Amino acid sequence: MSTYIHNFLAYKELLKELIVRDVKIKYRRSVLGMLWSVLNPLGMMIIMSIVFSHVFRQNIENFPVYLMCGQVVFNFYNEASSMAMSSILGNASLIRKVYVPKYLFPTSKVCSSFVNLLTSFIALTIVVVATGTPVSWTLLLFFMPVLYLFLFSLGMGILLSALVVTFRDLQHLYGIFLTGLMYLTPIFYPVEILPGWVQTIVNLNPLTNIAQMLRQVVMYGTVPDLMIHVRCIVPCVIAMIVGLWVFYKQQDAFILKV
Amino acid sequence: MGDSIIEVNDVSMMFRLYREHVDSMKEFVIKKIKHQIAYEEFWALNHINFQVKRGEAIGLVGKNGSGKSTLLKIIAGVLKPTTGSVKIGGTVAPMIELGAGFDTELTAKENVFLNGAILGYPKEMLEENMDKIIEFSELGRFMDVPIKNFSSGMFARLGFAVATIYTPDILIVDEILSVGDWKFQEKCQDRIQDMLDHGTTLLFVSHSIDQVKEVCDRAILLNQGQMLMDDSVENVWERYNQM
Repeated sequence: MSTYIHNFLAYKELLKELIVRDVKIKYRRSVLGMLWSVLNPLGMMIIMSIVFSHVFRQNIENFPVYLMCGQVVFNFYNEASSMAMSSILGNASLIRKVYVPKYLFPTSKVCSSFVNLLTSFIALTIVVVATGTPVSWTLLLFFMPVLYLFLFSLGMGILLSALVVTFRDLQHLYGIFLTGLMYLTPIFYPVEILPGWVQTIVNLNPLTNIAQMLRQVVMYGTVPDLMIHVRCIVPCVIAMIVGLWVFYKQQDAFILKV
Repeated sequence: MGDSIIEVNDVSMMFRLYREHVDSMKEFVIKKIKHQIAYEEFWALNHINFQVKRGEAIGLVGKNGSGKSTLLKIIAGVLKPTTGSVKIGGTVAPMIELGAGFDTELTAKENVFLNGAILGYPKEMLEENMDKIIEFSELGRFMDVPIKNFSSGMFARLGFAVATIYTPDILIVDEILSVGDWKFQEKCQDRIQDMLDHGTTLLFVSHSIDQVKEVCDRAILLNQGQMLMDDSVENVWERYNQM
């Protein structure tokens, strides 16, 4: 174990450089730079608010904030897991030539998406202020859903990056899966409107619980209870363990397959 | 480990040659049901044994496909041997390809930090030595330009400058000196000589007898994955020419 920690510390500089690279490339040569990350979710929120507030108006109070919380969670998972998935294949030329701990590649992608997540929190703050949402001290607990979201996405990203090396068509399948997952996450609808059996499925979706927890601390001013913590932690732990285990078993074969 | 810095113990490397490459789930399921996942075994290296003492310079000689690069990759830790083991007693600077991990969207200066981090060099050291890197690579005017428009010579110069800014315990060089003009090649050779004088151990692959003779004390001859000889450069070269 201590050799793993030592190895990680030796390469933490590289992890930093990889994250910096992604962030730089994303924002380089666009006039508005970092601002895009704020404007993009804001624009999406405005469009979706206009469209959906007419459909679900009776059911959801403060629809813009409700929508935004769901969107921030799902968009992060979407971006982080997709980018992490292609990270091993994308760095094939490097993996063939230099020894680098390979988990750094999916990890750096999840971390650079995390930088984007922080900027979309600026957008969320703007929406909270603009809609006059009453803010309570529970807002300080927002790091809890964010931590769960990060760990879950990291576990899934590591798992997918290892699997896609052997099964290339997973990339296409995952695109479909993500679309399905989006509709199974209560981003713009309340869970209660669904028929019973669909509700069960939606509630098993880890992103549902993470989004609900974020809403509890941001807009409802309630402290998340033990049950919802368990519902968030269990999938995080499963994703991390399965992800790391599969990755560990597969990583020596990457060079032969990429 | 005694006084040897590299110990290669009975290393063999097997690759699977798939007649059809199965890389999608659909194919995998179909082939698995039909029991059609067939491959041939190909042993790129067979029972390789040798040791290198601290400060020695070893040339690896052999025809194309003899397993030189596979062996270098195993020593560099990029590949894991199928059987056997390699023990390394120090830091390794692998120069299997110059500029591996350069990102063409970034500027030369940013790539110095990225590539340096890939090679495991601390950032402060890169900052301190930035002037030396610029001087060696002769890219003074181009350091803040994205490297996507660089020529292959410029790539190689930058890659070599970053990789050699620090004197590693073990330097692995795989035919990279064939890029660049003769003046740059000479400069690289001087830099390698300088490292050798500071006690670096060298593993060197080259098809040029002059280069091998000039830098190496000993040579190893590989042929089709077998180690044929481990002897002085002259003897190995004689045998190689008869092949």
